[in-house]
Amino acid sequence: MAVAGMPEHFEGLPENVVVSRLDELGSWCRKNSLWPMPFATACCGIELMATGASRHDLARFGAEVFRFSPRQCDLMIVAGRVVMKMLPVLQRIWQQMPEPKWCISMGACASTGGVFDTYSVVQGIDRFVPVDMYVPGCPPRPEQLIQAIIDLQDKIQAEGTLNGREFLSAQQQMTKRALVELPILGQGFSQP
Amino acid sequence: MTDQQTTDEQATGTAEQKVFEQIATQFPGLAESEFRGQTRVVVSRDELLTLMQALRDEYSFDMLVDVTCVDYLNYRGAEDRFHVVYQLAGTDSGLRLTVCLPLNEPDLNAPSMTALWSGANWMEREVWDMFGIRFEGHPDLRRILLPDAFEAHPLRKDYPLQGRGERHNFEVLRRGEG
Ligand code: SF4
Repeated sequence: MAVAGMPEHFEGLPENVVVSRLDELGSWCRKNSLWPMPFATACCGIELMATGASRHDLARFGAEVFRFSPRQCDLMIVAGRVVMKMLPVLQRIWQQMPEPKWCISMGACASTGGVFDTYSVVQGIDRFVPVDMYVPGCPPRPEQLIQAIIDLQDKIQAEGTLNGREFLSAQQQMTKRALVELPILGQGFSQP
Repeated sequence: MTDQQTTDEQATGTAEQKVFEQIATQFPGLAESEFRGQTRVVVSRDELLTLMQALRDEYSFDMLVDVTCVDYLNYRGAEDRFHVVYQLAGTDSGLRLTVCLPLNEPDLNAPSMTALWSGANWMEREVWDMFGIRFEGHPDLRRILLPDAFEAHPLRKDYPLQGRGERHNFEVLRRGEG
């Protein structure tokens, strides 16, 4: 059947054949089977659990398989404040997750440190690991987290490529965003 | 309140006073004070171990509830920089007692209570971690909460609330590197 805008060499294909780009097909598979890594360190973790439980049912969006091994995950949800003793652990878990992977920073604490402007609390995990989605709130309601996952799915569908080219441009953005204005004092604490 | 309860309370009240009077006669150097029914004694470092030993063995304060510390820097009317605070309780008698040990820089050493109560082990490690008080005779005086590489004692009043940059001291992970 002739469809407007269809390239000429697709003429004559049977009706049950769908034509797409490989990147788009890959992104479509990826976005609908996100396996979250629950990095829940504080009160936001309770809302994260509620999101996965029956009332809000994250399974409707293909993201219900919470895995406690980073090797099996591709979406890290950081829910709660991260202290300086925990950050090397978080980074190590992030590194252990196979590509492609994404990160949601859930709640005021994970995104900015929240009210905990003290010596031990990291003021936003995006200073040290890449973050794709920020969820505001203290704590965010499960609907907000679901919205973040839907938005992330849209982002994956829109920008995703099979060989991960989008991550390279994200790396440039990250360089811009991260430690430009932050002092880095001394050495140490970086190795878990 | 029934009559029975009132007499009970009076009875424990007098029993308490008796115990504290006995302690005061045995250790005349103690500065004793009371606030809202709670007794506190301030003891010097040399006397601390004998006092604690006697409290445990003779006055049946068999439980060391807590070891903590207060930094009195810039506190109005304070004479000493630190007070190491020991909370004692008698599980049979129901008595409670607070023992304070004043310490001043540069000599921040206190005798360890681990020989009397092994439960003092972690509590003293926490005081070391947060205030930098050294406990002599402690079997394993390491930091307990903060990372080993941490260099300050953050609950001291002269340590800035937002730290000295320790929370920014990490390597930055970027996309495509992990
Ligand atoms: S953002 Fe609020 S709810 Fe979430 S971890 Fe911080 S304090 Fe807790």
